Amino acid sequence: MLNRVIFIIVLIVSAFMVTNTVNASPVETFEFRDEVTKIRFQALSKELRCPKCQNQNLADSNSPIAEDLRRELYELLQQGKADSEIVNYMVARYGEFVLYRPRVSSITYILWFGPALLILIGIIVVIVIVRKKSAPKDNLALSTQQQEKLQQLLHTNQVEASQNLNTDKKDKE
Amino acid sequence: MNKIIRFLPLILVIALGVVLYRGLSLNPQDMPSALVGKSMPDFSLVTLNDANKTVTKADLVGDIVLLNVWATWCPTCKYEHPYLLELANNPQLKPHVKLYGLNYKDERLPAQQWLMHYEDPYQFSIFDEQGTLGLDLGVFGAPETFVIDHHGIIRKRFAGAIDTRVWRKEFAPLIKQLVSEKQQGK
Repeated sequence: MLNRVIFIIVLIVSAFMVTNTVNASPVETFEFRDEVTKIRFQALSKELRCPKCQNQNLADSNSPIAEDLRRELYELLQQGKADSEIVNYMVARYGEFVLYRPRVSSITYILWFGPALLILIGIIVVIVIVRKKSAPKDNLALSTQQQEKLQQLLHTNQVEASQNLNTDKKDKE
Repeated sequence: MNKIIRFLPLILVIALGVVLYRGLSLNPQDMPSALVGKSMPDFSLVTLNDANKTVTKADLVGDIVLLNVWATWCPTCKYEHPYLLELANNPQLKPHVKLYGLNYKDERLPAQQWLMHYEDPYQFSIFDEQGTLGLDLGVFGAPETFVIDHHGIIRKRFAGAIDTRVWRKEFAPLIKQLVSEKQQGK
């Protein structure tokens, strides 16, 4: 029994090890000072965009430039630079483009506030339309004039219908 | 008013169409360099042809400079090379503009052979094996060409190969402007 448990545990652990090696990036290995630096590295390399392969971040890309930038990022982290300093360093060289989360500035207002603005416009449009449609509900009742006309129409219809019926009968006869 | 509202969707769709159509002909690699208007970064590297000769920013500044990023691993550089030779030998440009190379993340021997084989258009080539200067310049590929004015300010960055058409459109007006700026002593 004990043997079996140990066997299963070994199996599970080795399975984890296998998946870990499969998940590991094939490109390079970095030794970090501590766990926090490692997490910062991962976060930053996901947030910085590769300038060459434009729809990938640094963590994703295998291009030489992404490799260089990862190494640079690692070195900056090892030097004890703050996240904002590193981001500024990258932006100074590669432009705002390298940020997957662009900073709020006069040229990115439309990016940041455009969607909220569109939703607001949408809500206003919906409210206006709904109000317009519900407004005439109070006047749904017919006025006396309309009532009379309705009666007249119904009456003539009935008369016509009975006449038709009569002619039908006659035809059958 | 009602008529305008009725046509609003049509107008919006047409506007969207125009925007998207415009997007088709834009080059996503064509990005403004973060360094335009800034000073050329400092560096201290050896030249390609002489591993003992160190060059710095001071060796570039003073003239109107074309700094061409190239490498032997870059096929487009090969395409671009004949036009660079043409530029280097252009009698109108020669007195005003100096062409330097930045050999980017390359190996020394093949790069030297390249220059011997295809002729050397550059005053000298900076040998940037690690890509450090390239990184400071925001280079992300080759070829790229920077225009640096006589004060050492980067005025333009162009990613891609230069040929006659590109030169006329992208470079010639700027070079003309820089030459006149320099002559006026600005």
